[in-house]
Amino acid sequence: MAAVPRIIVVGGGLAGLSSVIKIAEAGGKVDLFSIVPVKRSHSVCAQGGINAAKNLKGEGDTTAAHFDDTIYGGDFLANQTPVKNMCDAAPAIIDLLDRMGVPFNRTPEGLLDFRRFGGTLYHRTAFAGATTGQQLLYALDEQVRRYESEGKVTKYEGWEFLSSVLDGQGVCRGICAMNLRDMSVRTFDADAIILATGGNGAIFGKSTNSVVCTGSAQSAIYQQGAYYANGEFIQVHPTCIPGEDKLRLMSESARGEGGRVWVPRKLNDPRDPVSIPEADRWYFLEEWYPKYGNLVPRDVATRAIHKVVYEHELGIDGQPMVYLDLTHIDAATLNRKLEGILEIYEKFVGDDPRKVPMKIFPGMHYTMGGLWVDFNQMTNIPGIFAAGEAEYNYHGANRLGANSLLSCIYGGFQAGPNALRYAKSLPAAASNGHGESERKRQEEINAGLLSSSGTENPFRLWRELGETMTKNVTVIRYNKALAETDEKIVELLERFRNINLSDKSAWANTSFAFTRQLYNMLQLGRVVTQGAKLRDESRGAHYKPDFPDRDDERFLKTTKATFAPDADEPVFSWEAVDTQYITPRPRRYDAVK
Amino acid sequence: MQAAETLTGAAIPLSKPTGKTYRIEIKRQASPDAEPHWDKFDLPQRTGMNVISAMMEIAGNPVTTDGRATTPIAYDANCLEEVCGSCAMRINGKARMACSALIDKVQENGVVRVEPLSKMPVIRDLSVDRSVLFENLKRVQAWVPLDGSYDLGSGPRITPQQQEEAYPLSRCISCTICMEVCPQFNEETNFVGAATIAQAKLFNEHPTGKVLKTERLHALMGDGGIHECGFSGNCVTACPKMLPLTRAISEVSRDVMIQAAKDIFTR
Repeated sequence: MAAVPRIIVVGGGLAGLSSVIKIAEAGGKVDLFSIVPVKRSHSVCAQGGINAAKNLKGEGDTTAAHFDDTIYGGDFLANQTPVKNMCDAAPAIIDLLDRMGVPFNRTPEGLLDFRRFGGTLYHRTAFAGATTGQQLLYALDEQVRRYESEGKVTKYEGWEFLSSVLDGQGVCRGICAMNLRDMSVRTFDADAIILATGGNGAIFGKSTNSVVCTGSAQSAIYQQGAYYANGEFIQVHPTCIPGEDKLRLMSESARGEGGRVWVPRKLNDPRDPVSIPEADRWYFLEEWYPKYGNLVPRDVATRAIHKVVYEHELGIDGQPMVYLDLTHIDAATLNRKLEGILEIYEKFVGDDPRKVPMKIFPGMHYTMGGLWVDFNQMTNIPGIFAAGEAEYNYHGANRLGANSLLSCIYGGFQAGPNALRYAKSLPAAASNGHGESERKRQEEINAGLLSSSGTENPFRLWRELGETMTKNVTVIRYNKALAETDEKIVELLERFRNINLSDKSAWANTSFAFTRQLYNMLQLGRVVTQGAKLRDESRGAHYKPDFPDRDDERFLKTTKATFAPDADEPVFSWEAVDTQYITPRPRRYDAVK
Repeated sequence: MQAAETLTGAAIPLSKPTGKTYRIEIKRQASPDAEPHWDKFDLPQRTGMNVISAMMEIAGNPVTTDGRATTPIAYDANCLEEVCGSCAMRINGKARMACSALIDKVQENGVVRVEPLSKMPVIRDLSVDRSVLFENLKRVQAWVPLDGSYDLGSGPRITPQQQEEAYPLSRCISCTICMEVCPQFNEETNFVGAATIAQAKLFNEHPTGKVLKTERLHALMGDGGIHECGFSGNCVTACPKMLPLTRAISEVSRDVMIQAAKDIFTR
């Protein structure tokens, strides 16, 4: 190993930047790779806030309660040791962000203000208006820019991770990446790498995720031998705005600040919603879940909306939508606490949510599963670490709102120092020809795509993938439909071989880069779909009407998928879950837990 | 609505075809040195469509109005909800974010003309290089100089009023539209532009960040500094996040002048 360990971080969202800060601070050298300028990473979209049991509201909140809410909210599938450590670390993380200058909302005394969020009865969520992710990302981005100006961090923005470089012993020695301007492929040496490449919303076509959230990097290393864990656990957020290009999130903080979900009791009620009297409105979440009301966890709210629009057939305008109503809250409070999201609704829908109830529906939002990592954030490939939404560690079968920003920062803070420690004890590689052969392998893939003269348009294949996944692998899952979905993906993989790139140029060729991502999405789509098919129970976000109960005896287990290159498909195994602190109990939000 | 038994997962509410079509005209160039040209596409209009969905539709069927096969459009985009700052471009002559540019609002007589920002180097088509802004942020040290990321207790107390002053400045998405519309932002002046000055203001007001205030003010004095501002006010009008840019500029200007006077007397 070199005198100063060299670490590569892939991804410049909260998890990636957090790990960069820790490594640079400890004296390591970091190369930071990102498809987009890091300040434009998807973390910027997070709205509502970040959880920490600071107990500043006299409610007696504790980190133990935060831990219990998170495990219970995740339906006991998360390993408890890392979750406990995260919840214990959360208050100090908030303090650090505060010191960095995040403009958190304040109380009159100048202390941090906290709001309610789903799946808890405490005010535990610190927030900066309704753009908390943006504010947190900027704070970390500023610290990393400071290290960059001191020469401790080198940014490679506009580079896409293609694969890891593994030596003859299967130890990671660097990465292979593509320059998205001149499309050149290069390898970069590293003693350890950290993948912080986010979620995989694009597999579902339209989601609340950003364009770059394809899961391509995770899929690439899964195809190189990394385990992918709990892929079947996908969060469908109950309150999204439909769009032609994407689904836009309407933050849970709208309900945290008092927003109410309802439908008219009468189908196709022709009245203007504001003029519909209370007696003719059905506040179904408040009726079904009196204790938590509108702040049940997302999987519960999503299934409730699904039931109301499909079983009770009370969707607004005959569409699978319900009202999210803020109009009873005064405009000044809304502006102070929720302005960012109100602005999104106004700009993209054209109505003012201060005056009319918003029309929302459930949409693909978050990837609970991800790369399998140990409690030190390292995958099963030595030298490859993962942090943030790209890995599976913290959310079990359902993530609680405002725990994602926390898990990204906490995970990055673990991955950075652990990668550095690993790198310091790493013996030198026996030979160094592995980078060259990996580069050749990737260039052959590129040459194959660019010379392919088929008939299939990659964007249309993607649309078919997204439609099938959204229909069959989101809120409600049936084994027959899951089997059909897997067959459909196999068909798409077959058609992928007949791809036609209308753009074969070697300069800023975005559709070419997208086509490479599409292949990885297809492979990862099979992991999600087959994992769902094999899990014959209902747990958290994974719901099968044919198996409506949680089955701890058979399925209190982490799903682990590994890629079988010869069969070109995933092979599954299951691993016991760490439940050493809290004994699993039934999860019910219609009663006090 | 479909009956429950035929529906398995979550369907996405449908937008409606309007029965209308619109024409989108896009200024393209294959590389930084290539000659620009215009491609035109006729697309069906659905409710709620934005300029990005037009780009996506073209990618799925890249054929121009006159039936010529072409390539998908290169453009910068990521979040598509006007918070990542990627998709700034000129749409019917106005610099704005493409994601929040709804076709039925921006079209003029059924036509939408899209061009790259004019003051940043074009990479390809609508994709431009805006790294100058990130370099400027280094120049003004737009950060709070932390002692370290370890646990040092809570941050300084900040009143709700201070937070309400800081928060709007902290919502800058680095889209560079304020620089695009600024008559003074050009190669002659080297002007840093409004976004950078607003960030200097943000950190100068922070209880810890202000320790670097003098350095920031000095950074805004020399070549391309704050004195280049011509007070056209274009920035504040064009900013998609409605940052109080002109106020930030006038307050930082005043601070720079005071600093310059101090510098004379303490030499």
